Amino acid sequence: MAIEANGKTFETDEEGYLANLNEWEPAVATAMAEAEDCPLTDEHWDIINFLREYYEEYQIAPAVRVLTKAVGKKLGKDKGNSKYLYELFPYGPGKQACKYAGLPKPTGCV
Amino acid sequence: MVKKFMYINRKAPYGTIYALESLEVVLIGAAFDQDVSLAFIGDGVYQLTKGQDTKAIGQKNFSTVYMALGDYDVNKIYVEKESLEERGLTLDDLQHLVWEDEDEDWAEKDSIRLVSRAELSDVLDEQDVLLSF
Repeated sequence: MAIEANGKTFETDEEGYLANLNEWEPAVATAMAEAEDCPLTDEHWDIINFLREYYEEYQIAPAVRVLTKAVGKKLGKDKGNSKYLYELFPYGPGKQACKYAGLPKPTGCV
Repeated sequence: MVKKFMYINRKAPYGTIYALESLEVVLIGAAFDQDVSLAFIGDGVYQLTKGQDTKAIGQKNFSTVYMALGDYDVNKIYVEKESLEERGLTLDDLQHLVWEDEDEDWAEKDSIRLVSRAELSDVLDEQDVLLSF
């Protein structure tokens, strides 16, 4: 599979995750989100950017539980709950947000 | 019912798949709200050392993942004192693993507990499940 963004073609796996993490650019997230009819707002970008920073530091995509806790700490308690994250990413914050962020599927995520 | 799970890590981080596999199981298992602890004995203590560089062997350096364990509420990391000493290592040679206590305004606390062989044997005795890697 592949996805078109910014005039380029990016290879993805069968579930739509970017094949090469280093190729990621913001346009990839935008294109993936459009394909799933989920236009990205600043709130989405907060989470996507957080995930990228987390991956950069620890080399793993955080589990949803970890994401929720960390978002609550960084962006405020009102955002650190699964309701808020599921409203932003209805397909599941771990799967969907990690995909847009160009990360692999979180460990333990089926 | 919450059970006490302990993962025992005995091997050097690279050269075999044990360390990485253990870490993956720990991260997956952490989702199940059990009482999880890790023990590092023998060459397993090398898994926690600072400044690992895997470029020359062409493998991913996964030592950063240990720093994330606190986020997964895995904050009981037992390191056997004699194993460190036998390898000429001290706590300063290991990464500083911490966890943040949400109930105390995210105060950072140490995750590593340096224990003697005899003390560790008592901790092993208290466990319901031991997984050896």
